[in-house]
Amino acid sequence: MAAPVSLLVEFGGGAELLFDGIKKHQVTLPCQPEPWDIRSLLKWIKQNLLKERPELFIQGDTVRPGILVLINDADWELMGELDYKLQDKDNIIFISTLHGG
Amino acid sequence: MAVSEAARLRAEIGRRERELRALRAELAAALAAEGAALPPLPARACLGAAEILRYSRQLVLPELGVRGQLRLSGCAVLVVGCGGLGCPLAQYLAAAGIGRLGLVDHDAVETSNLHRQVLHREAGEGLPKALSAAAALRQLNSTVQYVPYPMALSPSTALELVRQYDVVADCSDNVPTRYLVSDACVLAGKPLVSASALRLEGQLVVYNYQGGPCYRCLFPKPPSPETVTNCADGGVLGVVPGIMGCIQALEVLKIASGIGSSFSQFMLMFDALEGKFRNIKLRPKKPDCAICGDNPSITSLQDYEAFCGSSATDKCRTLCLLPNEERISVEEYKKLLDEQVPHILVDVRPQVEVDICHLVHSVHIPLSKLEEKNEECLKFLGKRLCEERQRNNVKTAFPIYVICKLGNDSQKAVQVLQALPDRELGSILAKDIRGGLMAWASKIDPSFPQY
Repeated sequence: MAAPVSLLVEFGGGAELLFDGIKKHQVTLPCQPEPWDIRSLLKWIKQNLLKERPELFIQGDTVRPGILVLINDADWELMGELDYKLQDKDNIIFISTLHGG
Repeated sequence: MAVSEAARLRAEIGRRERELRALRAELAAALAAEGAALPPLPARACLGAAEILRYSRQLVLPELGVRGQLRLSGCAVLVVGCGGLGCPLAQYLAAAGIGRLGLVDHDAVETSNLHRQVLHREAGEGLPKALSAAAALRQLNSTVQYVPYPMALSPSTALELVRQYDVVADCSDNVPTRYLVSDACVLAGKPLVSASALRLEGQLVVYNYQGGPCYRCLFPKPPSPETVTNCADGGVLGVVPGIMGCIQALEVLKIASGIGSSFSQFMLMFDALEGKFRNIKLRPKKPDCAICGDNPSITSLQDYEAFCGSSATDKCRTLCLLPNEERISVEEYKKLLDEQVPHILVDVRPQVEVDICHLVHSVHIPLSKLEEKNEECLKFLGKRLCEERQRNNVKTAFPIYVICKLGNDSQKAVQVLQALPDRELGSILAKDIRGGLMAWASKIDPSFPQY
């Protein structure tokens, strides 16, 4: 069994509007047989935090185009993307890219 | 005598040099207007006395020095978009003595631009932004060459244009233009300093610089249009693009002077509400990138509006969700009001917009509350309906008209109301008002505020 994992999950760039406008969420993921990774975190977010219009955040098993995922202030591409194994006290940020000027 | 003769000659040379510079600037603008290639900026070996005085406060910085200043004066920067980012950016580049500034913008100055697009003036309303910006910049520093392009950057012209410049600043306001600018920079081999801002946040990345990633490396797929918010819908505090445009100018100056940028493969994120900057380490250039990768599939510019499924402007979209018979015009609604036809008018905009202006007889229920079928709101609407039905003794389906700012959300709200079972509100006939309150303001009541 994987131990519970505490994370600071943040939303920005407008993505927070899908989460009642709240940017910072201190969450604790429960024990589960498999270790938590970003893939399972996305499922958990969809079930527990995301209240409406999930297609504006998640498409298939990943985030929609235009959302950048940051793991401890680094692009998730550098960290294994969906397969990154979450560590206790990780900071995960979902940032919607801006286009205005 | 000899001293004053030398002084006279120096002054004369200075005067003629200024004349020459002005002529060169005029030539550049004339060539650009004809679509011809610009002449290269003249190579310079030293700074004149006037320049030394003018730029003295930055010349004494060892990081810049005379060498850096000469590089700035030999550098041509293309500014794509003369709005909230482009205005402060161009202002600082002109002030710092960049050699040539190309100013691209297809839009005209509007009153609602002035809170953030700080080069434009009240008197310039209606002028093309590229010309308005060039005029303001000329007053600030007449020794810089300004080349206004009062047109949209298009796939047919972008590459040729970008090739004539050394550094490109993306200050645009829409997704197709961002892909177009990035692709053109990759194909032309130019560094791209890109910034964006919305609401109270900003982002900045330097692309295609010293082996770093391009825009497509980061965003291989465009976001779907319904997930993109423009400044008119989302709002923006003017100083936020101002701050981002200033940092963008800083990075352009660092690249142009040879110092080098801090944001290749890094993103700067600014949260104005929290007062926080964040530096994000990004992925490197991707070997499988469609344009800058090892085997690029894109070798020429494309149709970016088709690629992104949206147009290359930041104008609001017009949705068409309801059949004609379920919509009425503002003129029809006015007639109905004049004839005192019993009905309820529901305004579905967010509270913050209702605070700006509203029709006094409207009932306010935000679209978000309707969509979540908020019990309190439905109860409130039901009560109002019941009162109106009794007061007017209406037995048939009771008319509800729905209004918002532009007539998009009102259609969504009508769909929600139509889908409610009769037990919720009784029998109703919901229609939306085409064009919303902005159509009301422009066609019926000119004293009604536009925003």
